[in-house]
Amino acid sequence: MTEPQWPLYEVFLRGKRGLNHVHVGSLHAADPEMALRHARDLYTRRNEGVSIWVVRASDITASSPDEKDPFFKPSGDKVYRHPTFYEIPDDVPHM
Amino acid sequence: MTAFAMNDDHDNPYALLGDDHDDGHRWAFGTGFTDPLEGIDTTVPAGLDAGALARYCLALGDDALIYSHRLQEWVTHMPELEEETAIANIALDLLGQARMLLARAGGILGQTEDQLAFFRAEKDFRNVRLAEHADADFAELVGRLLIFSAWRLALFAELSAAPDPVLAAIAAKGVNELTYHRDYAAQWVVRLGDGTEESHDRMQRALGTLWPLTGELFRPDADAVASADPGAVTVPAFMGVIDTVLAAAGLERPDAVSPPAVAGRTGRDGVHTEAMGYILAELQSVARANPDATW
Repeated sequence: MTEPQWPLYEVFLRGKRGLNHVHVGSLHAADPEMALRHARDLYTRRNEGVSIWVVRASDITASSPDEKDPFFKPSGDKVYRHPTFYEIPDDVPHM
Repeated sequence: MTAFAMNDDHDNPYALLGDDHDDGHRWAFGTGFTDPLEGIDTTVPAGLDAGALARYCLALGDDALIYSHRLQEWVTHMPELEEETAIANIALDLLGQARMLLARAGGILGQTEDQLAFFRAEKDFRNVRLAEHADADFAELVGRLLIFSAWRLALFAELSAAPDPVLAAIAAKGVNELTYHRDYAAQWVVRLGDGTEESHDRMQRALGTLWPLTGELFRPDADAVASADPGAVTVPAFMGVIDTVLAAAGLERPDAVSPPAVAGRTGRDGVHTEAMGYILAELQSVARANPDATW
């Protein structure tokens, strides 16, 4: 239990009908190549994905929960930023 | 799946991945154990020796069944959880191949896949002895998987054009699975061979232990029902892959190949190593104790 662990990787999958990769979980691996194979074995067993991204968890810069209010509160009352006031033509996909 | 599909929670990542999977082809434990060849025309083509086809499917099915059992034994013993899932996936792939091949053989012989798997004696099992070898360590696990999957992949690539359409379809389906098994094993053989002095030595030692069992893989097979005996065709493909992997790993291919036949007979003839009896005892004991059980 005290042995050094393989680093943590975060796994992102894109489904057949999905347009973007979605975070599905994390795993341990020695390097990115191994992480990709582990991701295949752990997260695509039920035919979920057509594309996998892996990234070392330590390479992700995340916003801090402490900064939640200054980060996100100011946009809460700015409804004019939501483009809900016009019609989207039928032939514009993925909106 | 149903649970996910009914779940509207957008925080559930699986809900966002789409649910257009192949419905009807997945099953939870305890369900869906129907005939794996259900709905398929299993008429043996005219001009094909049905007995030879059955024996050949039995041999290929036994390879997968016994190898799968050996891999299952590693579950809960692997060094990492992620590797354990990988090995369990591979074992499941092989079990799927075994079911279809035993069902193909059983359809001709008038027996079910379960009768063939659980109620045959050791001498009637036709698997190569490589399949029953007990891996002493992780190096033997990945080395044996490399040899087995490189051989079986080369064989299945040939059998995808077999004159029996059912065998051809089973082989074609297996090609993708085996390609991944070979890739998984090759990655680890290179890692260990090109790793530390200790890992290199143990990987080389594992190859030395396993290599004598490869001779048997390429013996002419009287029951091979492809247009040409696929065994002969697969030798260069197999050796090419092994040499490429070993070169990348900095390992030497052992050169002393002495097929350990017993009076000219090998695993395909029902001659097995001592390990085989223990495998069958574990594999068959539950079914034999409850012969009328259904699940």
